[in-house]
Amino acid sequence: MLSRLKFILPLAAASALLAVPAAFAVPAKPEAMIAPQAQTTPQVQAEAVGKPKAASTGDHSKFKELQKNFKTGPEVTQACLTCHTEAARQVQHTKHWTWESTDPKTGQVRGKKNIINNYCTSPVSNEKDCMACHAGYGWKDNSFDFKVEKNVDCLICHDTTGTYRKLPGDAGHPVYKRVEFPKGSGKFVEPADLKKVAQSIGMPSRSNCGSCHFFGAGGNGAKHGDLDASLQHPGKYLDVHMNEKGLNFSCVTCHATSSHEVSGSRYNVAAAVEGPAHIRGKKDESPAACQSCHSDKPHHESRLNQHTDKLACQTCHIPLYARNEIGTEASWDWSQATIMGPDGKPTASKDSAGRRKFDTKKGTWVWDSHVIPEYRWYNGVSTYKVIGDKIDPSRTVQINEVGGSPNDPDSRIWPTKVHRGKQPYDKVNNYLTVQHTAGEDATALWHNFDWQKAIGTGMKTAGLKYSGEYGFVDTEMTWPITHMVAPKHDALSCAQCHSKHGRLQGIEGVYLPSRDNNKWLDLAGWTLVLLSLIGVLIHGGLRIYTGKNKGQHK
Amino acid sequence: MNTVNRIYLYKRYERFWHWSQALLVISMLITGFEVHGSYHLFGFETAVSLHTLFAWTLLTLWAFTIFWQFTTDEWKQYIPTLKKVDAMVRYYTFGIFRDAPNPFQKTADKKHNPLQRLAYLALLSMLSPVIWGSGLIYLFYAYWKSWGVDAWLNLEAVAFIHTAGAFMMLVFFIAHVYLTTTGHTPTAHIKTMITGWEDVD
Repeated sequence: MLSRLKFILPLAAASALLAVPAAFAVPAKPEAMIAPQAQTTPQVQAEAVGKPKAASTGDHSKFKELQKNFKTGPEVTQACLTCHTEAARQVQHTKHWTWESTDPKTGQVRGKKNIINNYCTSPVSNEKDCMACHAGYGWKDNSFDFKVEKNVDCLICHDTTGTYRKLPGDAGHPVYKRVEFPKGSGKFVEPADLKKVAQSIGMPSRSNCGSCHFFGAGGNGAKHGDLDASLQHPGKYLDVHMNEKGLNFSCVTCHATSSHEVSGSRYNVAAAVEGPAHIRGKKDESPAACQSCHSDKPHHESRLNQHTDKLACQTCHIPLYARNEIGTEASWDWSQATIMGPDGKPTASKDSAGRRKFDTKKGTWVWDSHVIPEYRWYNGVSTYKVIGDKIDPSRTVQINEVGGSPNDPDSRIWPTKVHRGKQPYDKVNNYLTVQHTAGEDATALWHNFDWQKAIGTGMKTAGLKYSGEYGFVDTEMTWPITHMVAPKHDALSCAQCHSKHGRLQGIEGVYLPSRDNNKWLDLAGWTLVLLSLIGVLIHGGLRIYTGKNKGQHK
Repeated sequence: MNTVNRIYLYKRYERFWHWSQALLVISMLITGFEVHGSYHLFGFETAVSLHTLFAWTLLTLWAFTIFWQFTTDEWKQYIPTLKKVDAMVRYYTFGIFRDAPNPFQKTADKKHNPLQRLAYLALLSMLSPVIWGSGLIYLFYAYWKSWGVDAWLNLEAVAFIHTAGAFMMLVFFIAHVYLTTTGHTPTAHIKTMITGWEDVD
C-alpha cells in the first residue's frame, strides 16, 4: 500500500501542476465546441443523456400480450410464456421449483421437500403456508403437478414494483384481495396491480431474492445469520460488495444465473476453489465463489495468500455474522410450544430488541447479534437427515453432517452458524417427526395446540409410521457463512487465530504458530536454557568466591 | 608497572559485523519466541514481520561478511584444532578459580582459543544451517505447493527444528555472554570487541 502511494503521489502532484495551466488554456466559450445540430435540439439531447439506458431491449409496457387486466398469477405466466417459451421449463429444473436437490457426490436427495430442519422443521403437510416462498402457484399438498408451466411464478423474482406479495396460507398465490396481515395486527396488504407488475418486470433485485431469503424461518434474519433485510441498504461495514454507496452489488452479481439455474447453494458449496480469477469465455464452475473474481491469491502479501490452502476466504473476511441489531436465531426450542399464558390462552412475547422470544404456537427462541462463527473443516458436502432417517436420541442430532477433514485437499476451514434446536421425534421408531403446524383445521398445531394430533397428521402426510409416542431431542444444524463480507480492515487479525485461545482453538490438523507448540521440545529447551543460566551463575559465583580472576594477575 | 602491549585484534568491519549480528540475533530470539507463542510483547503480526525483516537483514549482513572473510583470509580463524583443547577445558573448570594463567595467548593471527574455534565452527557449520535451513523453508511455506514439496514437508516438523535451533542459539548466547567476562577484567573482552584493541602481557 505504502509503496503504491509513493508511486502515485508524485504522479498526482505532477498532474496537478500540469492541470493548472491546462485549465486556463481551455477556450473561454466552451459551447463553441458543441456541434451545431446539438445546439438546435438541446432538450432532446438532455433527455437522451439524462434517462438511464434500459438494460433490456424490450419495453414490456409496450407489449400487447401484457395489455390485459390479469386476475391471477398463472394468467400472467401464460402471457410471459407466449414469448419466453422455454422459461417455465427452465425454472422447473431448479431448486426454486422442485425444492429438491441431489448431491452430485453422495447422490443423496435433499432439499426443503425432503429434509427436516430445526427451524420450521418440514413443509410437508404445511404447504399452504410454506409455499408463500415457492416460485410457483398452487402447491398446497402432495397432489401438486410439477409439470404445469403456468404454475411457475415469474413475478416473485422479476417484479420491480415491490407491490407483488405472497402470504402464508395461499399456497404460493399472491394477494388478490385486500387482507389483514398478520391477522389482528391492523395492518393490511393490498393486492398488486398484476398488469402493472407484468409490464414492469426486470432482473431480480435484492428485494426479489430477499423477500424469501431474508426472512427464512419466518422472521427477518432468523435463519441464516448472514442474510437479512438490512442487505436492502447496507453500508460498507455490513457488506463491502453490496454497500449501496460503493460497489452496490445485487444478489445476482455473484449468483450468476444461466437458464434460470442460480449458482451457489448451501446444498452444494464450492468450498475450496483454486486458481486464478475467472475470465470471459472460460467455463465458470462456481461463479458465486469469492475466487471467481478474486482468485485464490488475492493479497499483495504472499504470507496471506498461503493461507488460502487451509482457509476459506470467509473465515477471515466475515469476522462476525449477523453484524446488526436484527441478529439471528441461535436456537429454537419446540418443546416449549403449546404452553399457554397465565390466562390459559395462547400468548407470545418479544425480547428487549423486539425479536420473537416465545410463542405458544412455536416455542422459545434465543437471538444473537454480532456472533462469532464456529469453525469447521468443510468440503462443501453436507449429509442431511431426510424424512425417515434414523437418529440416536441419546446424542445431539446433526441435521446435517458437515463433510471435510484436514487431509482432504477439497476442505477448508469455514465459518459456520450452528443453530441449536429441540424438536419432536418418534420415541419408538427413532426418527424426527413431521408435524402439521400451519392451518385452521382440526389437527393443526397452531390451531389446536395438540402435539399428538399435529404429529399424527404430519406423519401420515409424509407416509411415515408414527408410534404414537413423541419426545423432544436436541438438534444442531450447521450453515456455512458466506454473506456480509466485511471491508478488509475489519478482517480478522493474525493473532485472533495465532494465539493460545484464539478463534481456531478447536481446529485440528494444522500447525498454527503461536497456538501450537511441541510440549516436550519446549520443556527440554527451557530446561536447557535454565541449566545454562544456573551453570554460568555457579561458575561466576565461584570465580567471585575464590576471589580470583579479577584482573590482578599478570 | 609493566608496559601494556596492545594488539589490534578486531578490524572495523569485524566489529560492525559482530555487534549488528548480536543485535539481530537478540532481536530474532525475542521476536521468534513470541511467534512461537512463549509470550506477548509486540503482538503476533508485528513479531512475524520483525522476525522476517531481521532475517533478511542478517542474511544480507552475512553475504557481506562471507565476502569479507574470504577476501581477508579471516576464515582461517575458524579452522579447528584439538591442540590445547584439554588445557582450555582444564583452565575453565579449575585454573580460572586458582588464578592460573590462561593457556592461550591471543594474537592477530589466532584470535580464538581452541574451544572458541570449535564452538564457532559448530555454530557456523551445524547450528546455522539448521536454523537458516528450517527458517527459510518456514518463510517460503507459501511456495511449498508449487515446488511440490508439500507432500512430504509439514510445518509442524519444520517449526520443531527451527525452535530447537532457537533454543540452542539461546544457550550459546548465554554461554557466550558469560564467557566475555572471563578476560583479565570482567569487561576486558567487551572493550576489545568495541575498540578492536586487546591488552596483552
